[in-house]
Parts: sequence; structure tokens; C-alpha cells
Amino acid sequence: MIARCKTAILVLFVIVTTVMAYASELRFCLRSEPKTFNPIMVDDDAAETIRYLTGGVLLRVNRQTQALQPELATNWKVSKDGRTITFVLREGLYFSDGSPFTAEDVASTVQQLMDPAVHSSTGDSFRSGQGKVVTTILAGNRIAITFPAPVAGLDRLFDQVAIMSARSSKKEMAVLGPYYVADHKPGSYIMLKRNDNYWKRDGSGRKLPKIDVIWLDIQSNRDIETLRFKRGEIQLINSIDADYYERLSSSMPGALHDSGPSLDSEQIWFNQVAKAPLPAYKLAWFRSQAFRRGVSEAINREDLARVVFGDHARPAMGPISPANRLWFNAKLQPVHYNPSGAIARLQQDGFHLQNGILLDRDGHAVEFSIITNSGNKYRERMATMIQQDLLKIGVKVNVVTLDFPSLIERITEKFNYEAALLGLVNNELDPNAQMNVWLSSGDNHQWNPRQKSPETAWEADIDQLMRAQASAVTLKDRKRSMDRVQDIVAEQVPFIYLVNKNALSAISTTIQGTAPVSLRPQTYWNLEQWTLANGTTGSGK
Amino acid sequence: MIATVLLGTLVTGLLVRLAPGFDVDARQLDSRLAHESKEALRDQRLKNADIMHFCIAYLGAAATGDFGESLTLNRPVRELIVERFPTTLRIVGLGLVGGWLLAVTFAFSSVLLHRAAYDAATATISGALLCVPSAVMALLFVLFRAPAQLAIALIVFPRLFRYARNVLESSYSMPHIITARAKGLGMVRVLCWHVIPVSAAPLLALAGVSVSVALGAAVPVEALCGIPGIGQLAWQAAMGRDLPLLITSTVLVTLVTLTANAISDLVTCSLSSSRV
Amino acid sequence: MKYLRIFAIALLSMVAITSLGAGFLTTVDYATQFREAPNAAPSNAHWLGTDQLGRDRFARILYGTRVSLLLAPAAALISTLFAALIGGVAGFVGGAWQRWATMLIDLVLSLPWLFLLITVRALLPLNVPPLISVIVTFLLLGMLGWAASARVMCAWAGAVRNSDFVLQARATGVRGCRLAIVHVLPNLKPLLAAQFWISIPVFILAEANLGILGLGVAEPLPSWGSLLRELEDLAIYSGELWKLVPLVLLILVVSSFELLLSRTEVSA
Repeated sequence: MIARCKTAILVLFVIVTTVMAYASELRFCLRSEPKTFNPIMVDDDAAETIRYLTGGVLLRVNRQTQALQPELATNWKVSKDGRTITFVLREGLYFSDGSPFTAEDVASTVQQLMDPAVHSSTGDSFRSGQGKVVTTILAGNRIAITFPAPVAGLDRLFDQVAIMSARSSKKEMAVLGPYYVADHKPGSYIMLKRNDNYWKRDGSGRKLPKIDVIWLDIQSNRDIETLRFKRGEIQLINSIDADYYERLSSSMPGALHDSGPSLDSEQIWFNQVAKAPLPAYKLAWFRSQAFRRGVSEAINREDLARVVFGDHARPAMGPISPANRLWFNAKLQPVHYNPSGAIARLQQDGFHLQNGILLDRDGHAVEFSIITNSGNKYRERMATMIQQDLLKIGVKVNVVTLDFPSLIERITEKFNYEAALLGLVNNELDPNAQMNVWLSSGDNHQWNPRQKSPETAWEADIDQLMRAQASAVTLKDRKRSMDRVQDIVAEQVPFIYLVNKNALSAISTTIQGTAPVSLRPQTYWNLEQWTLANGTTGSGK
Repeated sequence: MIATVLLGTLVTGLLVRLAPGFDVDARQLDSRLAHESKEALRDQRLKNADIMHFCIAYLGAAATGDFGESLTLNRPVRELIVERFPTTLRIVGLGLVGGWLLAVTFAFSSVLLHRAAYDAATATISGALLCVPSAVMALLFVLFRAPAQLAIALIVFPRLFRYARNVLESSYSMPHIITARAKGLGMVRVLCWHVIPVSAAPLLALAGVSVSVALGAAVPVEALCGIPGIGQLAWQAAMGRDLPLLITSTVLVTLVTLTANAISDLVTCSLSSSRV
Repeated sequence: MKYLRIFAIALLSMVAITSLGAGFLTTVDYATQFREAPNAAPSNAHWLGTDQLGRDRFARILYGTRVSLLLAPAAALISTLFAALIGGVAGFVGGAWQRWATMLIDLVLSLPWLFLLITVRALLPLNVPPLISVIVTFLLLGMLGWAASARVMCAWAGAVRNSDFVLQARATGVRGCRLAIVHVLPNLKPLLAAQFWISIPVFILAEANLGILGLGVAEPLPSWGSLLRELEDLAIYSGELWKLVPLVLLILVVSSFELLLSRTEVSA
């Protein structure tokens, strides 16, 4: 009898371990430690990844079609005045810990998000005016959320709002998404396990997600990340740099994907702050439209895209990438490399060449520095190439790489810089997310932030247009305003847009169901649909 | 020792406070954040602006085991240190042992053999290791799946080897040792009874110093290899101007350095007194 | 050993001459970007290929040698002098001086000097001439890189102070500076030589790392440190071995310095 029991236990053990051994696992890397697991407070890429994979949202922007689709909400309606959104919620859903999903959870999440003491980019995206946000639970599993002022693109913003349980003792760790955080070793990895209570099923009725476990290793070094991908230790690099793309393309061509231009851009701007500690003549250069446009025309963007990014980038035309199909102004003209044209334009403003050196009308040799953040080799290379381009029109450029905090202090507080080369990371399609960039009073109006009133007529025009699009009722009106903003930016060149980088990714051929796109997250936007070929597993810990 | 720790705390605080970027946060560049949120971020940073006040408060709290909260990782500093210290201790400890073994082996053999070709070979090997950037060393170790402690050993070894070799060589050339050799004493006996005692003081001082060299090497190795140790934490803290974390890691490094140096001084003293 | 020293002198001289005569050895400027041929393999036009921006690597090594070969040894000399002054003198004098010096050295070893470097960068104008930036960088390295060696120097000087021949010298009436210079300093030379020799490659590499803070050699001026950063590119481990030339050159130069400084005599 005892022997039979022992045999049974042994057989059971073998079955369980065999099943566990064949649990499908996916492994990829996060570039930093997530700062929080609270979806409301997400501000960094790593935390954003966790939120995307674990959070259940009311509405989701389909990264492939860029259309909004229902998720936890089956239906929604935005009021004509743009202040109220009403959701019809799915019924019979449960959080990962078994607690039921109700309208109270949505109300609680929204109230936490809009708490004035909470400072997060997710919550601030909804802030449109002073006053409280009111949540009203209606009959028939509906909830209405009313904001104090119209919020442009209100429905699409809910793509970022992961609903938390109002009742669960696990707080933000009880989730509605395809996975939940099962284990976390700080500095080392995060393990996600499939949420058995996840509501979605595939076309054949099978419960999603199909992959059981996801390991997220914390690895900041991209060389090592690439090496591990090459060895098969990880199956995915969500965003791979152009250098590594080229390096892997010969040995793993099927694994690499170029999804075309991303939403991001790289740009240079000149310091136009009146109180900046710059010589007056330099400030005069930077405030001159002819100077900015001349410098812009003297930069060879095609070379930047080809040499620095290996043709995995495109010359940029303006603040909105062509990848943003809805909002991009298709009538914008590209800026062609034209050094002689640049000199002619500069001459209009009193600049002239003398012995190969460009001088201003008062005889000062044109020389300025470009600061950029160290550690970003693409920016360092672009700056070095621009240095050579501008030398051809007699302009001396000094490239200075700084650590990020020092750079931020210079461009946001002390204004002791001349020109800066940085990138704009766009996570959202709606240009309203760039309000702080384009309003002259905005903190991110990089070339001259926090103006009490617009110092130039064209900045006043942009202010007016941005406010108009924020309060416009129809999409057509908003588009018209944004097209005009892009036209003004192309004329006045407060930012000299350089390139839009392509969205590059690396996905192991053992994974099926992937469809990499240019919107973030580029690869794992539909991870719940993925399967691993032949039941392959990632290496476990 | 306490005075050094206190002074170290204050000077670190001053260095961080005076360095640019103290009161800024990378999130200020996020255009989605409202002005009020950015002001709140700035205010949070400026809470520690009065460095004297911060240091006094920090030391007072540290006495009860509270080292504050990390501004970049939003977790208690104590938890972070406790999690990561064993990893660094293991890597640095094993790396030091490996580095010393290599250094001592090569240094002794060089002195004993007295062959120009051997000296040239060891000089080239140790020189080559000095010339390889730490980042490349770390990358090579990942490439060949070698343990990180070996990387530390190879970074530390050339620094130790050159000093150890020169100290042993100088001792070997001292008049009383030449006399002993002339009298026909065996090489090993000369080494153990005459050379090592004379070289003990600087070698022990080198041992104390090697701890801080190894800790310094741990920063790039951990940061590049993605090892969750104190070195990686210190680098993140430096780049994020995370004052509580920086002060704590500096205090930790200071304590380790002082302890190592104090032990080496103590051993030196006891060796000197036993000789007398 | 004599022949090795001759080889070392010949190598260092050749390196110095070729770097000074860079303009004659190559017609290509170190900053010119051949944008049609980035990351090119060695060819007749580019003997060591081109870098990521299409700049001739051979020209960059030649011109980079000037900066690194001149300034790194100068910085190494500064750090050696500091180590000798602080560590050596404190060890020789002993007592309270030695205790205070030891405390200072331990403090210097523990502090995060990164922030001092960041502050120095902030104080320098952004348009500082490249030469000034480089000189300031190496000066800082020299002034901050002495602590480890000073501690060893302190202990060694203390041991020498208590050695028999120094006691004998004291007994014969030798005191103060004469005692230090004639009897103690010669015995510190091996440690000073070690410090000097170790510091050269360490400072060359450190200069490249200081580029992160905005110090160091600014683009497009090359330095060995910036050339060595190319080694962080994984591609060289799959065959682009010509990128190892700066490393090989640095190893040869450092080994040559060591051979010149070594006291070892050939023995049967």
C-alpha cells in the first residue's frame, strides 16, 4: 500500500514537472529598473512595459490600424462639449486575484488619477482646467466621467489608464490584463505569469494569453542585449538600434524588422531666451529666422539618415512624423541640403563669408556650441557630422556632450547654452500631448520657455492655434489648426528637425503571431496572441 | 575613523549639491507633465538643498537604521543596500582574491627567476590588461560567459602586480639581503625570512588600497554586465543625483576602505612589534 | 635587457616622430568624413579603414597620439609627484603627520570625485578651446589620481624610515632634507616608477570616459581614449581586427615605458 502511494506520488511529480517544463516562456530585456508598479504613476519605459502587459484598459489604440477599439468597455460616447465620456462596461470580469470588476473600480481609478496631489504624466494628460472630475455610476453597468473643461482626444487617452481594483488587498498588483507580476528580483528580473482570469479569447475560443510566462531581465547594456539575442537567450528586442540591426541582419535576417518611421524625431534648437547669459550678438543670431533657416539648409539630412542610422531613418520635415497618418501635414516640403542657398539666405541678414569664415554684420565670426547628452552615440555622431556640414559655410561648431542632469539644468533653468541637440519621444498620436511644447508659456517650449506673453507674432499665432485645436469640436477643425502650426514651424524653424528614426525591432523566428509596428510598444502590442513554435521555452532561472 | 566618515558625508553632500543638475529631474522634459507636477518634482529635489541640514538629519536617522528613500528608485535606501551588498561583496571579494593570487604569483616568480624575458613577458601582460578599457573587459566576459569576479581580478591584478613586484625587487636589493645571499642562504629562506618582513608594510598598505581599487572597478563591471550590485546602484545614483543613495553608498565605501586600511595598519604594527 | 631597452627607446621615438610628422605621413585630415565609405575595411586609400563617420583611422591614430602621448605622461608625473609629496613625506615624518595624511588619503579614496569633474565642466565655457579642455582634463586626472599610490608610499616610507641604514645615517648626524633626499627618496623610486607607469594607460582611458561629462578631447580631435572606445563595438569580435591597432599601439607604448623604468638587471 505504501509502495503504491509512493509510486503514485512519484508519477504525479513527474507529470507536474514535465508540464511545468513545457510551460511556454518568453524572455526579453528591460533597459532599466521600473520605478513603480502603480499604473497611475508610470513615467519610465520599464514601468510602461509592465503596465501594458498587466493592465486592463477601457479602450485600446490598435497599434497597427491606429484605430481605437473597445477593451474593458464595450462601448463609449464622448459628449459634444468634449467634457464627458460615458462607458458601457463588460460584465462578469474578474481581477487576477478573483475580485470582481465593477464600475466602482473605474470610478476609484479615475479619482486616484485625478487627485491633485498625484503628479503623473498619465493624469496630467487629462487635466484641462481647474475643478473636480466627477464620476457617476449609471444603471446598466455604465459610468460617466465628467471633466471641468473639454479634453482633446479624450477617448484615446484612456489607452494609458489601467484600471485598478477598489477593493482588493493586493491594490495595484491585482490586474485585469493578460499577465500579472509573479516575482520581482530588484536589479535582476521581473517574472510575469499569465492571468487565468483574463477575459479575452482568440477566434477559436481559446483563452488568452497563449504564452505562460514572461521573464523581463533588467539589462541596460545594448551590446549585451544584442549578444543575448544572438545566442537565443532572449527572444525579443523591442527597440533595437540601427548599428545592431545591421550587425544582426547578415546572420539573422528573418528576425529583424524595420517598421518604417517612428513617431520620434531628432532636432536642434537655438537658445532664444532673452535673459540667457549669452553675448547679445549671439542671441541676435539665434533669434534671426534667416539664420535658423540658413543653418537648417546647410545640414545634410540625407547623410545623417544614411551614415548615422544606416538608412533606417528619414529626413524629418516637422514636429509630426509621417508615421502619424492622421495628423501629419502631407503638404510640407522637405528641407533639401543646399549650402549655397544657405549662404544666400544668411547674406540677407547681413552675414558674409571672409576667408572661409562666416562673419555677422558686426564682424563677429559665427561660432557656437551644440550640447547633447553623452552616451547616445547617434546624437554624438549627428553633432559631429553637423559640425562638418556647417564648417563648409564658414560656421565653427563646438560639440559638447554632457551628462543628462547637467544638460537638463542648462536647457530648463540656467539657459547657459547656445544650441542643443535632443530628441522628442512621442508616445501619443494626438498632438495635444505636445501642448507644453508649442504654447509659449509652456515648460517644454524649449527655445524660450515659460514666456509671460508671446514674444513674437508667430509664437502668438501658434498659441492661438494650439488652443483652438484643443477646444475644437470636430476632427476636421483640429486638423486644420495643426496643419497651420506645422506650416508656421516650417517657416520659422524654432526646431531644426533632423531625422525621424525608423522603428526597428528584433524578434526570434520561434515566435508566431507577431506584427511589429512603428507605434510603441512596437512589438509586444499584441503579445497575448503570440505563440512559441514547437513549444520552445526561454531559459528559466 | 568616525571623523573621516562624518567628513566624507559632508564633502559628498557638498560635491553633489554644488554639481549642476542637482535640482532637476529627467521627467521635466516630459511634455505631458503639467507645470504644477514639474514644480512638485523640483520641490522634492530642493527639500535636500540645505546640505548641512540634510547631513545632520541624515546622520541622525542613519543612527536608527533609516537611510532615507531613493529619489530615483522610490524605495528605502536601506532595502536597496541590503539587497545588493552581498552581490558586490561576492564579486569584489573573489575578484580581490583572484587579483592578489595572480599578482603575488607573478611578482614572486619574477623576483626569484630574475629573467629579462620573463620580466618583459609579465610586464607586457600586465600592461596589456591595464590598457583594456573596463567596458571592453566586461563585454569580453559576457561574450565568453566568464564570471564577473574574474573581470575584477584582471582589472586589479596589473595595478597590484607592478607595485608588489617593485617592492619585492627593492627589498631583494637591500644591503642586508645581499649579505644574506652572499652568505649562501637559500632563495626561499631569504624570501620568507628577510624579504617578506621588509616588504610587509607596503604590501599590506597595498592590500588596504586594493579594496578601494576593486570597489572602483566594480562600478563599470556591474553597470555594464547588468549585475545588481552596489556599483550599479552607485552609478545610477550619480547620474540621477540621488542624494540619499549617494551619501549612503559613499559612507559604505568609506567604511569599507577605512576598515581595510585599518586592518592592514594593525597587521603591519603587530608584525613590526613582533620583529622587535 | 639592454636590447629590450633599446627596442623600447626606438619604439617610443618612432611613435613620437610619426605623430609629430603626421602631416607628412598622411594627406588625409583626421576630421574629413568620407561619407560614402563609413566603417570601411582597410584599403589603399585608408590603410586602417574608416570609422563610423568615414574618417580615416590611420590619420586619427597619428594625430591622436600627439594628445595622448604628451599629456598622459604629464598627468602621470603630476599624480606621482603628489603621491610622493603627500604619502612619502608623511611616511617619512611619521607621527601625527602620518595619521592626518592617512586620513586625507582614505577620504580622497572614498569620495565621488565625479561631481567635482561635473562642476569643473560647468565652470568652463562651452566654447573652451579643445587644447584648454584637454589640458584641464589631464590636470584634473593628475590631481585626483594619487591617493592609492600615496598610501602605499606612506607605508613604504615609514618602513624605510625605520630601516637599519637610515638609523645608521641618523646616528652619523644626517638629518632632515638630506636624509630624505639622499637615503629615503632613492628607495621610493621603484614605487614612484610603478605609479607613473600604471597612471599612463589609466589616464588615457579615463580621458575617454570623461567625455561623458563633457571634458576630455572634443570632436573632431582624436585621442587614444576615443579610439579605444571603438572596442566596445561587438563587431570587432567577428573579424574587424584592424580596430585593435590603437590597443596594440597603446600596449607597446606602455610596455616600452615600463621597460625604460624597470630596474631589473639580466642575470644568468
